[in-house]
Formats: sequence, structure tokens, C-alpha cells
Amino acid sequence: MNSKNLLVTKGLKAFVADFEILHGIDLAVGEREVVALIGPSGCGKSTFLRCLNRLHEETEGAHVEGSVVLEGIELYDRKSDPVALRRRIGMVFQKPNPFPSMSVFDNVAAGIVLQGVKNKSVLQEAVERSLRQAALWDEVKDYLDRPGTSLSGGQQQRLCIARALTVKPPVLLMDEPTSALDPISTAKIEELVAHLKEQMTIVVVTHNMQQASRISDRTAFFLYGNVVEYGATREVFTTPKNRKTEEYITGRFG
Amino acid sequence: MNSLREVHRPDVSFRWILMICAWVAFLLLTGFFIFLFDLGFPALRDLGFNLLTLEWNPPLKVFGMVSFIYGTLLTSLLALFIATPVSVASAVVLSELAPGKLAKALGFLVEMLAAIPSIVYGLWGLFFLVPILRETVMPFVQKFVGFLPIFGGPIYGVSVFSAAVILAIMVIPTITAVCREIFANIPQVQRDGMLALGATRFEMIQVAVLDSSRSGIFGAMVLGLGRALGETMAVTMLIGNRSELDFSWFAPGQTMASAMASEVAEASGTHLAALGMVGFVLLLISALVFYSTKWALKGSGR
Ligand SMILES: Nc1ncnc2c1ncn2[C@@H]1O[C@H](COP(=O)(O)OP(=O)(O)O)[C@@H](O)[C@H]1O
Ligand SMILES: [Mg+2]
Repeated sequence: MNSKNLLVTKGLKAFVADFEILHGIDLAVGEREVVALIGPSGCGKSTFLRCLNRLHEETEGAHVEGSVVLEGIELYDRKSDPVALRRRIGMVFQKPNPFPSMSVFDNVAAGIVLQGVKNKSVLQEAVERSLRQAALWDEVKDYLDRPGTSLSGGQQQRLCIARALTVKPPVLLMDEPTSALDPISTAKIEELVAHLKEQMTIVVVTHNMQQASRISDRTAFFLYGNVVEYGATREVFTTPKNRKTEEYITGRFG
Repeated sequence: MNSLREVHRPDVSFRWILMICAWVAFLLLTGFFIFLFDLGFPALRDLGFNLLTLEWNPPLKVFGMVSFIYGTLLTSLLALFIATPVSVASAVVLSELAPGKLAKALGFLVEMLAAIPSIVYGLWGLFFLVPILRETVMPFVQKFVGFLPIFGGPIYGVSVFSAAVILAIMVIPTITAVCREIFANIPQVQRDGMLALGATRFEMIQVAVLDSSRSGIFGAMVLGLGRALGETMAVTMLIGNRSELDFSWFAPGQTMASAMASEVAEASGTHLAALGMVGFVLLLISALVFYSTKWALKGSGR
């Protein structure tokens, strides 16, 4: 765990129309730390994640109140540009979502192509680096021209991770990245997270308690739009302070 | 022991209903082909390949339908050329840009437009659209590119071009509605994926919406083309019904459908049979367009 906080939310509230999904979240995430978000379905984990890269506001009728500071800069400042911001934060979704119109190569390159990179060799280098980082290079290096959607589910998800890594984001958000995958693919992605945390900060939503305890340094327990407990993963899982947390992690509700 | 193979009762009757529907559709279609071929056969017997010549002159018993085929293809393709960008853009506005309630209301209006009878389009075209085209649009175009044969010649108002414009207006709601449906079925996570990479809204639309719906948009165009190929009433009212091939789009012309509609009432004998053959060819072209697209879409993986 690192003492320097990279990402800090204060009083973060998220709405869709009049419905308040998050009720003022205060959470600090350190540099090169893996934070797991756990909690029952519908408690606002995905919404919280989507507030961190300002994706929530793309939902119709949605708005956000409060503050999110990344590397000392307020994301919800009037002057800050969500598009520029999203280029610095990677996101991986629950369901692998490679762009169906793009090849494996183009999928991975998409992020920097958006930033205007055209040079072929620069692109090639970046794609190979990302695919290696995502532990996918050896499996796809001969199939870079195939559609991204032709890969297996687990490969698609690693492709999506590679795609997120190409822009070298300091922060990676993952929303239940393994919930649609088989155990072997899941293990690969967990291993990947362990490697990636040497270079970046990762916030990962998971429904899998073992996974949370395996891969994260700190765990936040969400309940009904609040963070009920936040602390070192080992402590949250062995000596939870809140009774609700204990009930949840021992499987008595949720 | 064989319970897995046992077919449940409702499934059996459902399959029968499907079978019957399929057969009725098939028989109806072949019935149309046979009917038109039968109607047109005397012309085929008497004129043979003369049916595929340029001149159509009933008093002289000359029945070449090439100018009609040309008129049909030209008006339909021109209409598609005008309608597709407008439709795709409208569908993007409706599904990606307009706020929910407004989009719903507008979408409903678009679907209403698709259901308006073509005589209404025809009347509106004749009394509203044609004057505008004649007084403003055509002279303007002619002033700048009148040296091109397709924009040359005297301006009558009723013309191939006017017919194409009304066709475009008529197929826009169809293509828009289909495209909107296609865009609505794109998983939100595709859009999110693009936005999360730092795409602007337009870059997101380009990749996540348009690129991934290419074959669907193509299908929508074919649906529009199908409608345009056979559209009769509005075209008959606006095209000027001149059975002569003129390369100017501003000159009156004739499509297969408009030729049949405007002449069938006073036709008899070989003339009637020739019109029957025109109908047969029109049906053939429509079927050809339909099946070749099906085939093309299959080839592209859809
Ligand atoms: N677009 C939306 N419109 C309305 N309600 C939403 C929307 N997105 C999320 N919600 C609501 O917000 C709550 C939290 O959802 P979510 O963040 O997806 O929870 P989690 O990821 O923890 O399962 C749920 O009650 C859900 O119904
Ligand atoms: Mg969720």
C-alpha cells in the first residue's frame, strides 16, 4: 500500500433523474494499489466506477455531485474535459466488448489512433507492448488481422484489457472483469492484475470474495449507495468492523 | 426413454401453422409470376426480343420496354442515393443525439410518415414539390452544371428527377425506421467501450454505431430500394409519363410501374400483353434484388 493518494472522491453522489444512486462516497485510492469494490447487486458499484471516468454522465438523465480528484486535478471541474480525462483512465467491462468492426490489431490500437497516432511502426510497437502486457501476444500474434470478436471469451476480455492499456493509463477500472469467464481465463486475468499493479492503480468490482481477497490491497464494501466499510483487504475479510460486512462476506446475505 | 425426442403437442401445431404460412406465401409468389407471364405471353410470342428495344409506341404496335427499365432503375437508385445519407443521419439523431422523450416522439412521427398513402405523397409532390423543383432547384442546377447531358434540356417540372425526389422522400421514413431499430439493438457497452477510450461523441458514433451496422444499413437500403422499385402512384403522377428514353434527368420519363398504371386502362391485345411482360420483368428484378442482397449479406457474415 502506498501512502500517496492518486484518486480521491469526496461526497460523491450520482443520480439518474431524481433517483440518488450514490449517497456521498468518500474513498481514497493510493498509487499502484488494487482496490476491490464488493457488495450486493444494485448497490452502486458500477455507478461509482463510471463516475471515476465520467461515464455515468453519458447516461440519459444522469448527473453527478461531489468531487473526484485524480493526481491533484478535479475531474468534475467546469474546465476539465471528460474526453481528455477518459484517455487517462482505462476501463474494462463485465462483458468483453471488442469493437466488432475492428481486427485484433485495430482494437488494441483504437485508443492511440483516437489520439491521432498514425505512424505504422509506432502503432505496431504499441499494440505488441499492450498485448504482451495483457498476456495475449503469444496467442494472437499470428491472427492480428482477424476480427476481435473471433477470439474466445477469455481472449476477448484480455484483448479489452490490452486495448485499455495502449494509452498507458495511470488508472484502470474493471467492472466484474471475470464474471463472464471460465476459471482458467479468470485465473489468467487475476495474474494479469498482479502484474499490472506494479505500473498502475486498479479499481476492480467483483462479486467473487476469493477474488477480492486474492488480488486486492484494500476492499470497499458498498451497500445501498454507501461505503459501509473500507480498509485493508485482509482486515475486511478476517476482522470486519461492520456487522453487515461480515454477513455479506460470510454469504449470509447479498 | 425416448422422452427427449418426443415432440410436444403445441410445437406440432405451431409447426403446421408455419408450414401452411410458408406454402401460402410461396404459392402466392409463384402465382404472381405465372399470372403475369400468362398475361404477357402473347407479346413474348409475337415480339420476342423486340420487347427489349428502346421504342415504346402502342399505336404502331412497337413495345420495347428498355426505357421503362432504365426509368425504374434510375429513379430508384437516385432516390436511394438521396435518401440513404438523410436516413442514416436522422436515425443517428433519433437514437444517439436527441433526448429520450423527443426521440420517442420524433420516432413515432417517422413511422407515421412511412404509413402515409402514396397518393398523398403524389398530390403533395405535384402541387408543392414540383413547382419548387421547376422554379428554383432545376434552374439553379442547370445554371451551374447544365452542360452535363443529365441536367440539360427544357424544364417541365414533372420529370425523372422529380419522381426520384418524391421516391427519396417516401423511402426516407422506411430506411430511417429500420436504421433506428438497428442502432437501438447495439449493446450499450459498445458505446461505453468507445467513450471510455476517450472518443468524442462523434467518434463513438462512427465506430460503435455506424461501422458495426454496415450490413444492417445495407439491408435497410435494400428494403428502401424494394419499395422504390415498385412504387407506382406518386411516381406516375410526377414522372411525366413519356415513354421515350431521354438522358436528361429533368425530362419526363416512365418507369415500369408508372407505364403499367398509366396505360393499362386503355390497353388491349398485344399492348396489354406487353404491359403484362413489363410487370413480369419488374417482379423479376425485385426478386433478383431481394435474393442477391440476401446472398450478399450472408457472404459478409450476417
Ligand atoms: N441508467 C439507469 N437508470 C436508472 N437506474 C439506474 C441506472 N443505472 C443504474 N441504476 C440504478 O442504480 C443502482 C445501482 O446500480 P449499479 O451501479 O449498476 O449497481 P451494481 O453495479 O452495484 O450492481 C441500481 O438500483 C440501479 O437500478
Ligand atoms: Mg454492476
